[in-house]
Amino acid sequence: MKFPIYMDNQATTPVDPRVLEAMLPFFCERFGNAASRNHPFGWEAEKAVDLGRQQVAELIGASPKEIVFTSGATESDNLAIKGVAEMYREKGNHIITVVTEHKAVLDTCKRLEKQGFQVTFLPVRRDGLVDLDQLSAAITDRTLLVSVMMANNEIGVVQPVAEIGRIARSRGVLFHTDAVQAAGKVPFDVDRLNVDLASLSAHKMYGPKGVGALYVRRKNPRVLLTPGIDGGGHERGMRSGTLNVPGIVGFGKAAAICREEMAAEGARLLGLRSRLWDGLRQRLDEIHVNGSLESRLPNNLNVSFAYVEGESLLMGINDVAVSSGSACTSASLEPSYVLKALGTGDDLAHSSIRFGLGRFTTGEEVDYVIEKVTSVVQRLREMSPLYEMAKDGVDLRKVEWQR
Amino acid sequence: MSYSEKVIDHYNSPRNVGSLSKDDENVGTGLVGAPECGDVMKLQVKVNPETGVIDDARFKTFGCGSAIASSSLATEWLKGRTLDEALEIKNVDIVNELSLPPVKIHCSVLAEDAIKAAIADYKRKQAQERSQAEEADLTPAVAERSGA
Repeated sequence: MKFPIYMDNQATTPVDPRVLEAMLPFFCERFGNAASRNHPFGWEAEKAVDLGRQQVAELIGASPKEIVFTSGATESDNLAIKGVAEMYREKGNHIITVVTEHKAVLDTCKRLEKQGFQVTFLPVRRDGLVDLDQLSAAITDRTLLVSVMMANNEIGVVQPVAEIGRIARSRGVLFHTDAVQAAGKVPFDVDRLNVDLASLSAHKMYGPKGVGALYVRRKNPRVLLTPGIDGGGHERGMRSGTLNVPGIVGFGKAAAICREEMAAEGARLLGLRSRLWDGLRQRLDEIHVNGSLESRLPNNLNVSFAYVEGESLLMGINDVAVSSGSACTSASLEPSYVLKALGTGDDLAHSSIRFGLGRFTTGEEVDYVIEKVTSVVQRLREMSPLYEMAKDGVDLRKVEWQR
Repeated sequence: MSYSEKVIDHYNSPRNVGSLSKDDENVGTGLVGAPECGDVMKLQVKVNPETGVIDDARFKTFGCGSAIASSSLATEWLKGRTLDEALEIKNVDIVNELSLPPVKIHCSVLAEDAIKAAIADYKRKQAQERSQAEEADLTPAVAERSGA
C-alpha cells in the first residue's frame, strides 16, 4: 500500500496513465494551433481536437457540434447561466436553482441577482434531493432557466434530473445541469434527460486540470448563448481563445475510457463503498450518512461521526487524504452549507468526513481506512466532553452553551 | 493547514485527559463553547483546601487539534498554581507557546475562558459551602434561644 492514501476523488482525480500517454505528443511535436488552417501543424491539431470533441460528445449522447470547450466547469457554469440570462433577457428575468449547488452556480446566480434578475434558490429535503413539486411550482412565465446539478460534490446525491428535464421541457424553460461529478461515473444522456446545457470537467474523470466543456443543445430547442469571452470567435463564437489541444486530447481519452469502463467500474466502486460503510458502522455507534444512500454516486460516502470534530479527525488520519465539512477546514470558517441545507445540525456538520473513492482505490486501502478511522474516532470520543455527556444521558440540545 | 510541532505533540499525547468528580467540593468545572461552533471544552481543577494550590487539572475537548492542544497545555500550566496565579494565564501565552496561527486564536481564548469558568465554579462552590456551614452554625443557636 502506498501512503498517503488518496480518498478525495470528488476534489480531483489523478490523470490516468493512458490519458497522459495520449496527451504527450501534443506538447513538443504536434504542438500546432487548431485554428491554423493553412499548414499541417494546424490540421494535425484540429484533427486531434475533433477526436476529443467526438469522444466527449459520445460520453453524454450529444453531437460533437454541441460541445464547447472551456477552461473547466466553473467557466462552463458561468457561461451557461450568464450566457442564457443575457441572450434571453427580453423573454424573462427569472432563474431557478438549488441551495446545495456548487459555488460556481450559486455565486453566478447571485451576481445576476445584483443585475436585476430574480433567482429562486430551492431548498432540499433531508435526503439532499430537490422536491419536484416545489420546483414545478417555482416556474413562472418569466422563468428562463432551471439549473440543478446532477450529482452533488460533497454528499454525492444524484438529483432526479430526468424528471426535472421533463418538467422544464414541458414548461418551455431551459435546463442546465452541472454534471461534473456524475459524467463518466453514472450514465448521463442529454437527450434521455432533456438536458439543454451541461457542464463537464476533465479532471474529475481522470483527465487533466484546466479543461472542461459546456454542452449546448443545437436543436429542439436550439440554445443560444451570449459569450463571456470575446476574441477570435472559436467554439462557434461561444468561447474565444486558442484551444487547449493537449488538454482536449486528454479530456477526450478520459471520456472514452470512462464510457468503456463505466459499468464494471461503477459496480466495483459500489462494492468498495459498501465495504467502507459496513466496516465503519459495525465498529462505531452514532455515525450517520449525510444524504440519500440510494440516489447517490457509487464512489461517495459522506459520514458524520457524532461528538468528534472533523478537523481533529483529519489530523488523526493524516495518512489518508479525505475532506471534511467542518468549519475549521474551510476558508470561510463556516461549516458546510450543503450539510446545513439538509437540516444536519451544525454540530454534525462539523463532524463530517467525505470519502471519495476512485479508479485507483483498492480494497486493501478501504480496509486500512476503516481501521484507522475507527481507532481515531474512538480515541477522540474518549477525549470528547460531548460523548461523555451523551453517555450520561444529557440531552445536548437542551444544554445552555456558553458561547 | 500545517500544525506546529507542539500542537501535534499535545494532539498525539494529550496531558491530563479525563474527568474529576463534579460533586467533590474541591473541584471546579468549566464548560465553555458550543457544539454548533465546533468547539466545546470541559476543564476541571482540584484545589487543595489547605494550601489553596491546584493539585490536579483535567480536560475533555471536542474541537480541532489546536483546541485540544490549548486545553491540554492549560491543564499542564494549572497544576501547582494558586487560584490567583491560575487567573494570570492569558490566551496570548497559549498562542505563543503553541505558535497558533491567527485563525486558531479563538481556541486559546476558549481555553482561557475555560480556566476562568472552572475557577469561578470552584469559588461558587466554596461560597455555598461556607454559607451552608454558617446556616448550620446558626440553627442550634436559634433553637437554644427559642428554647430559653
